Amino acid sequence: MAEFTSGLTFIGIYGLSYGTILFLISVGLVLTMGLVRVVNMAHGVFAAVGGYAAVELVNMSGVPFALAVTIAVIAVAAASLVVERIFFRKLYGASELEQALLTIGLAFIGIAALNLTFGPDVVGAMLPNALARNVQFVGRSVQVYRLFVIVLGLVIMLLLWYVFDRTSFGARLRASVDNRGMAEAVGINVTHLFSLAFAIGSGLAALGGAIGAAILPLEPMYPMKYLILILMVVVMSGRGNMKLSAGVSIFLGLIDTAGRYFYPEIGSFLIFVVLLLYLIVRGNQLLYAPVAK
Amino acid sequence: MNQLFSPLLRRHRPQPFEVVYWLVLVAVFFLFPRNLALATSILVMALFALSLDLALGFSGIVSFGHAVFFGIGAYAAGLLALAGYAEPISGAIVAGLVAGFVALAMGPVVIRASGLPQIMVTLAFAVIAYEFANKAVWLTKGDDGLGGIKLMPLFGMFEWTALSQTAYWYSLGWLFVLFMVIRTVLASPFGLTLQGCRENTERMRFIGTPVLGRLMGAYALSAFVAGVAGAISCQTSKFVGLDTLSVDRSIDVLVMLILGGVGRLYGGLVGAPVYMLVRQIAAEWNPFHWMFVVGGLLVFVVMLARGGIIGVLEAIRIGVSGGRSRKS
Repeated sequence: MAEFTSGLTFIGIYGLSYGTILFLISVGLVLTMGLVRVVNMAHGVFAAVGGYAAVELVNMSGVPFALAVTIAVIAVAAASLVVERIFFRKLYGASELEQALLTIGLAFIGIAALNLTFGPDVVGAMLPNALARNVQFVGRSVQVYRLFVIVLGLVIMLLLWYVFDRTSFGARLRASVDNRGMAEAVGINVTHLFSLAFAIGSGLAALGGAIGAAILPLEPMYPMKYLILILMVVVMSGRGNMKLSAGVSIFLGLIDTAGRYFYPEIGSFLIFVVLLLYLIVRGNQLLYAPVAK
Repeated sequence: MNQLFSPLLRRHRPQPFEVVYWLVLVAVFFLFPRNLALATSILVMALFALSLDLALGFSGIVSFGHAVFFGIGAYAAGLLALAGYAEPISGAIVAGLVAGFVALAMGPVVIRASGLPQIMVTLAFAVIAYEFANKAVWLTKGDDGLGGIKLMPLFGMFEWTALSQTAYWYSLGWLFVLFMVIRTVLASPFGLTLQGCRENTERMRFIGTPVLGRLMGAYALSAFVAGVAGAISCQTSKFVGLDTLSVDRSIDVLVMLILGGVGRLYGGLVGAPVYMLVRQIAAEWNPFHWMFVVGGLLVFVVMLARGGIIGVLEAIRIGVSGGRSRKS
């Protein structure tokens, strides 16, 4: 029984923290897909750059962890505005194939640049001592870091919920997702709004990459390696539905962790079984799920 | 109007430049006797790109996971040979048929989707197939791949030589035959309805075309050709690895086709050699830096040179002949 509880705690804590990171990285893409239907295959680059920047700041310059993460997030959010202006503006009218190809091209360039700057090996994350410690938690020794990630994720989710459900910015954003033409007609500057949302999404991805560096290890191939996971969250979340995307991310995190825990050999395939079933059931309605009102 | 439809009407009429293209492929055999292994792999990818062109370029089925069929063909051919069935040509046909049947099973999910969902669905299938092959060690030997494949001599006469002479002619033969088949199919009423579906499925439905059935046919034929390409890759290299199923390969073939020109018969056939040769040169330099080149190519083609190499050549030709006719 004690072993069972300890197993459940493991799946709960590791699955939740993994799902939280997944949510932070993907939510920006969920939002942009909902808003302008641009499929950004290079989204993972933001997470990777955020992660590398934070880890290198800590490792090389000895900047405190929290400050390093903050700098990385702000830098990536600012850089994403430039990228959006140069490349993505041109894509809004283009076909989905062209969007996918161009952004894959950008992802490749990003990967090559990461390799050039940081080398081809996995970069280990340095956690501050406070986070690297272990504590007893429901019959099991758990790293404080995992609990920290979950709590931080909850705070961010609440913050996002507040911004999108309770502020005028959020209301305008939701209006633009639901009906862009109408939103423009009543005087909402959708282009401007989108730039802001894009920067917020990229910043969150950078946060996920930086905080999650100990969960999703940093390597140059990072943007392609986790692309499928990110896209799974996006596909299963419907059009721009952020609340659902939080649920989906955590569900995927728990499923994946449980699979690996119970069947170490083939468990990592479980998540793809879920994907396959989802595709067969939802097939042609992918991404056209009605927007939650 | 004439300008718009003339490519359709011209398609089944051989052009002078086509003879040149195939003569170059024959000449490669005599000019580069030491590089025939690379040349063979280029032919295989050209055939693979041709199969993708049938789906993406002519039928409008966006496939981000075409390596599923390539890999299934390769594994089918490999398993067949290991099971003792060593005749290569029928082996490749069986492998292609297996891939075709898998396409028929995936088809309903893939073809009902369009645009972004279609990209996601095909990509998802690609990942699922790869992960399955990775885990199903009893069937695929996982990371180790299938080795020790032995084949009967081609036509019972030509031994498979170490310098790939037989392999080169074998691949070239397949490429030519299947190219002719696809070209004939595309010029047929069936092929024209496919191109109609690519342009506008709604209108094709209005005029009574069974869109789903036609596209399923195209998808299955495309998968068959991709499966044969995979089989040839297995038979000529005597090895099948997980890389035949990888998402990288799906993306690679897409880039080749985009580079050569989507929806042009020779798009893949021109794109594959250019891409493979550039990669060969860049890989000696640094495999990661190569991604700068691929990424740059993709961005360049999408933003500035839609239609790829063939598209640019066509634009130049139309520009030249247009200028002439205005003068006369």
